[in-house]
Amino acid sequence: MIQLIQPYTEEKIRALKMGDMVHVSGMVYTGRDAVHKFLHEGGKPPVDLTNQMIYHCGPVVIKEKGKWVVKAAGPTTSSREEPYQGHIIEKFNLRAVIGKGGMGAKTLEACKKVGCVYLHAIGGAAQVLAECVTGVEGVYLEEFGSPEAIWAFRVKDFPAVVTMDSHGNSLHAAVLEQSKERLKQLV
Amino acid sequence: MRNLKANLLELIRRTSAELPDDVVQTVARYAKQEQEGSNAQYAMNIIVKNIDMAKVKSAPLCQDTGSILFFVRSPKGFDQFAFEKAAADAVAEATAKGYLRQNSVDSVTGKNTGNNLGPGSPSIHFHQHRGTRADVRLILKGGGCENVGAQYSLPDTRINANRDLDGVRKAILDAVLQAQGKGCGPGILGVCIGGDRATGYLHSKEQLLRTMDDVNPNPALAALEKDIVVSANKMGIGPMGFGGASTLLGCKIGALNRLPASYFVSISYMCWAYRRQGFVLNDSGKIVEWLY
Repeated sequence: MIQLIQPYTEEKIRALKMGDMVHVSGMVYTGRDAVHKFLHEGGKPPVDLTNQMIYHCGPVVIKEKGKWVVKAAGPTTSSREEPYQGHIIEKFNLRAVIGKGGMGAKTLEACKKVGCVYLHAIGGAAQVLAECVTGVEGVYLEEFGSPEAIWAFRVKDFPAVVTMDSHGNSLHAAVLEQSKERLKQLV
Repeated sequence: MRNLKANLLELIRRTSAELPDDVVQTVARYAKQEQEGSNAQYAMNIIVKNIDMAKVKSAPLCQDTGSILFFVRSPKGFDQFAFEKAAADAVAEATAKGYLRQNSVDSVTGKNTGNNLGPGSPSIHFHQHRGTRADVRLILKGGGCENVGAQYSLPDTRINANRDLDGVRKAILDAVLQAQGKGCGPGILGVCIGGDRATGYLHSKEQLLRTMDDVNPNPALAALEKDIVVSANKMGIGPMGFGGASTLLGCKIGALNRLPASYFVSISYMCWAYRRQGFVLNDSGKIVEWLY
């Protein structure tokens, strides 16, 4: 298990390899469809995303006694952001994108160029992952609706697997190729 | 029907926070098959832990609390309007309590209604039956797995599938390949052979009301269900698409008659967070049995 603790430097990120299992501790910013479209079209981010991590997540957050409480916070499918992600990684020097399902060639290329990785969280594990959120430090662009807003989460020991590293390796591409070959033997 | 809203609220809470025993046992069995120290084992262990934690905390297992699908089999004279009203009230309250995420978006304006109500939400399928009790079942199905569902129109030259059970098999296995880890595998498939484009998908979802160990009464379909699970697991896609032994937990196949001109295979992929629950109400509206 690799401990990945903020600051997320290029050096730490470049040291990660496909298949590494990590625990992230520090800030992560949620952003999904509406946020990616907004940033891609030149919208100014309400928080500084430089050297940060974006988390593809539409959490369940409710207010209890005037305080935000995270009820569920697992990843959402990342591939929907493929048209935007590469550009956004390069524009803000993102150090990691956390999500599920993996991403494509454009994102992999940007990861290589900038020194960024794709961290695959466990889809559906909303409670284990909500438990890792130790604080909600802000919410931005709430007008997109609660699941689509940018939530600033402080996390501790957030579990993920590096499925796309900054050296051009993608576990998703490898598993796809292998399963295609195996299916040929089965039909 | 007294207390209907309160009963439906409890049904939603349970469905969102607790997986049925047959699913929990299947997930645990598969988790043991993964290689020590592998990414797949890491994923399965987190999944098992998450199932326990959601139940203890009485909180949504997955943050995508999904499409809200009610299936109601009701006796003659059952008040469907009253049910619809109670279901809508229960859904809105469940959303305010955080059992459900704000998950209903106006497709034209893009605005989230904030309470999970709106055209098509919740979706309620009524069927009348003989008997005095109402059988109410709920499935919560997330968007990630819904997006990898697929409908094939046979023959399909891309996958070399003809209009026979072998063609059906090719279509189903191709859907598993295309889904990779994107549907939050290991998954469970509900499949319908035949029907039209709408009834096919609906019937495929109704297959998901069956328990994991239930055996198809049609021997040809029972054999196909078994074969699909074994074959899909040989593909090695694994949990979350990390590679590994657990690709598919189950496959349930139904069939509807078709037009001579059509041959659809409709596949609904359900994620490992296979949320289904249900109860039976007696004629005074009391819960007499939980179904899963």
